[in-house]
Amino acid sequence: MSSWPILSVVTFLPLVGAFFCLIVNGPKEAVDRNCRSAALITSLATFLISLVLWVRFDATKAGFQFEEKLDWVPALDIGYHMGIDGISLFFVLLSTLLTPICILASWESIQVRVKEYMVAFLVLETFMVGMFCALDLALFYIFFEGVLIPMFLIIGVWGGKRRVYAAFKFFLYTLLGSVLMLLAIIAIYWQAGTTDLPTVMEKLDLPFTWQCWLWLAFFASFAVKVPMWPVHTWLPDAHVEAPTAGSVILAGVLLKMGGYGFLRFSIPLLPEASQYFAPLVFGLSIVAIIYTSLVALVQEDMKKLIAYSSIAHMGFVTIGAFIMNMQSVQGSIFQMLSHGVVSAALFLCVGVVYDRMHTREIAAYGGLVHRMPRYAFTFMFFTLASVGLPGLSGFVGEFLVLVGTFKANTWVALLATTGIILGAAYALWLYRKVIFGELTKDSLKAILDMNRREIAVFLPLVLITLWMGIYPSSFLDPMAPAVDKLIGDYQAALKLARTAALAP
Amino acid sequence: MVVGLESWTLARPELFLAAATLLLLIYGVVRGEVATPFVSVATSIVLLATAVLLFAPYREGTAFASLFIVDRLTTTMKALVLVGAAVAVLMSRAYFEQVKAWRFEYPLLVALATLGMMLMISANDLMALYVGLELQSLALYVIAAFQRDSLRSTEAGVKYFVLGSVASGMLLFGASLIYGFCGGTAFVQISRALLDGKAAEFGVIVGLVFVVAGLAFKVSAVPFHMWTPDVYEGAPTPVTALFAVAPKIAAISLMVSVLMGPFKPLFLQWQQIIVAASVLSMALGAFAALRQQNIKRLMAYSSIGNVGYVLLGLASGSEKGIQAIVFYLAIYLAMTLGVFATILMMKRRGTMVENVSDLAGLAKSQPMMAFAMLLFMFSMAGIPPLAGFWGKLYIFIAAVEAKLFIPAVLGVLASVVASYYYLRIVKVMYFDEETETLDRTPFGVNRAVAFAAAVLVTVFSLAPQPLSLIAAAAAKGLFP
Repeated sequence: MSSWPILSVVTFLPLVGAFFCLIVNGPKEAVDRNCRSAALITSLATFLISLVLWVRFDATKAGFQFEEKLDWVPALDIGYHMGIDGISLFFVLLSTLLTPICILASWESIQVRVKEYMVAFLVLETFMVGMFCALDLALFYIFFEGVLIPMFLIIGVWGGKRRVYAAFKFFLYTLLGSVLMLLAIIAIYWQAGTTDLPTVMEKLDLPFTWQCWLWLAFFASFAVKVPMWPVHTWLPDAHVEAPTAGSVILAGVLLKMGGYGFLRFSIPLLPEASQYFAPLVFGLSIVAIIYTSLVALVQEDMKKLIAYSSIAHMGFVTIGAFIMNMQSVQGSIFQMLSHGVVSAALFLCVGVVYDRMHTREIAAYGGLVHRMPRYAFTFMFFTLASVGLPGLSGFVGEFLVLVGTFKANTWVALLATTGIILGAAYALWLYRKVIFGELTKDSLKAILDMNRREIAVFLPLVLITLWMGIYPSSFLDPMAPAVDKLIGDYQAALKLARTAALAP
Repeated sequence: MVVGLESWTLARPELFLAAATLLLLIYGVVRGEVATPFVSVATSIVLLATAVLLFAPYREGTAFASLFIVDRLTTTMKALVLVGAAVAVLMSRAYFEQVKAWRFEYPLLVALATLGMMLMISANDLMALYVGLELQSLALYVIAAFQRDSLRSTEAGVKYFVLGSVASGMLLFGASLIYGFCGGTAFVQISRALLDGKAAEFGVIVGLVFVVAGLAFKVSAVPFHMWTPDVYEGAPTPVTALFAVAPKIAAISLMVSVLMGPFKPLFLQWQQIIVAASVLSMALGAFAALRQQNIKRLMAYSSIGNVGYVLLGLASGSEKGIQAIVFYLAIYLAMTLGVFATILMMKRRGTMVENVSDLAGLAKSQPMMAFAMLLFMFSMAGIPPLAGFWGKLYIFIAAVEAKLFIPAVLGVLASVVASYYYLRIVKVMYFDEETETLDRTPFGVNRAVAFAAAVLVTVFSLAPQPLSLIAAAAAKGLFP
């Protein structure tokens, strides 16, 4: 295995760039230019180093790899413990991939306070990556909640008209969920005597009522992050008001923190409660899928429509995670990754026309295909990927989840499938309204197609979407052992609980 | 009563502080107003030197026929108080010069108040406790009204004095009941009497309630908090900074040593009071601050909320809880000094301003100052990875381990509400357009303090271990 602390390097390298940005001084033009370059270079370097993780990752192993363990606060038994397994590997890569794309996408659209913007993004990257790598509950919490600070600023400083409202709503909603999770983490720490995740997994043995309380506390946090209906209302506001890159990170990575949290903490630590509450999760997810799809149909704002579609897509993720069989869990993770790429790309697509026209109203567009063929193609590509066209990434995730769900619960699968139909309806409706039709609006007559920078932004995403759709095994295989172990442990724990209950 | 040499060596720091203060007082009286700069700096140095004396060499034991006790806990608390007072004195110059109240009595009164705080922290007898407390309070009443041609400052002083006297009266009344029922004022005697079965006596419980009420006033816990917002707002800002740290830490330390010391046998009785005061303080600190426009008033409510968290640690009554208190207070000290250093830099066209809205657009005009304030605010709100989070984490660990689940849940919910007003300050600085810029502060003590505090708050996460070891050592004294 590697001898250098690769996970720490990936996690904290962006901070070096942020520090550099902080100390740059001089005339505004030069500072802006230097900060942009510094941020791009750092984030690209981070991405390249994170690729090493994938190359060196041993896809046959179920346990944690690249582990790093240091004493941090021995007085409280809190350690600095990092490591990844097949489940977290791709989330790390997703975070490191999207950050440089975001920075590139903000190259021209962000003109005020560029320095602070870049610092915020790089700090955000550190927190995101750290969160997916953390194997200590306290460390995880620090990264998980630390994300709020830069995101609050990104929405609030560079956002749209109602940015203040959206930023506060985002922050307070998420914080409210998180603090309850903090208490749950403390309770686990109290019971297990440590916050080290692998140790906790082995040692923790809670009575059922306790599991239920703690599960609900974790749920409060993750459900807000996912977001699940009915605590989803912060998301459309945050998405609409955030700058494009903010939306990209929000949809691409931050929403995944919830799904990841379920798979990493709720299910392995609290198996009985997870089983007990699974119907609740199914119910809320189905409502989310159907209700938010319907809501998406009547949106007038492009970003809001995509935001609602995100909630619907995340509904599949939560169903898949709690069905707990091989297909559904893999599908759930795959759906998160695919959604991370596709919805990020869709928000970038909105950003492209927003940068030109400064409006996101669907009614303000129409007939763009005549002036912007390259854009029309890109938008079409990601719309179809989002709908779940076979051959593109969206299909694989949804299909796996539905197959797994069908095996376990036909009704859930049936109702969830309606979401796919509705999804096709609103996505294609949006596409038709914006791209097709006659080009009648005068303001659109001079609009320009995508430039080179924008193509550079989209190209990697197109390739990845194709890759994930055509050859999903390169993503599914590394995660298989970890998922297998997750399910095995879960079943074993349930069996143990059953025998314990039967015993006199 | 023969006072042995040992007593003098144990009280060495207090004696040094008293002697140095008196010498400086003589110097000030002889030289007059011109002595002010020297006296001020000298007082800070004396305070810091006293802090050094606490540890060089460190000794523990009881002195003066057991009136006075020195252990790890009292020493650590004294160190925090001394640092807080020293920095507060250093930070005050620019303000007082501005309002033309730059007189040498101010630093000396702070030094005397600090001496009182040290005595009350070390009190091992109800009489000693009262003497220390009054020495502290009387000096503080005067400095609250120190800007004597300002109506608000005078009002703050009078209010503080009147309400403070009532609290002292309650404390005395409680102490007399305890004395009557336990047959002594020494902590050891009280503790022995309680263990011998006096604990069930009704009069003891009444006495305990009065003592706790008097102490709750001093730490400004709900429902004895009413003086806090007015005094914080009215007092000159450097005085508010001092109030927010030194007397608060001293009073909490006193509360800890009284309740965890002689009244330990009555734990179940006082735990209820402390839990109620804690939850109410957290809630009031959170809700009442939501609509405050004056930043000093806002900090007053914030400090009430913070006391609520500290009391939650005390209510757990465990070694972890006391550790958490020491840990929390150290972080609170750094954050609060940083915030007040920033507030003291809020000047517009030469006059001090203190409304939240005056910070509008600060991020553009003075990015460094705004960034420091941003760090303090997120830290106060308890958002990781900043230092404030660790304090809260420690407190909640103690509360959960003591099975105080409901207060803990209420506490975290209050912290979410409180985060709203901390965020509001960030919002005003970063999201709002500026109306009129604040003056740039030339480099000086305040900038240095704000900078140092900001750095501490940020990098604290790298190594929380040393502070937790200090806290652990301090708490050990109470749990032999």
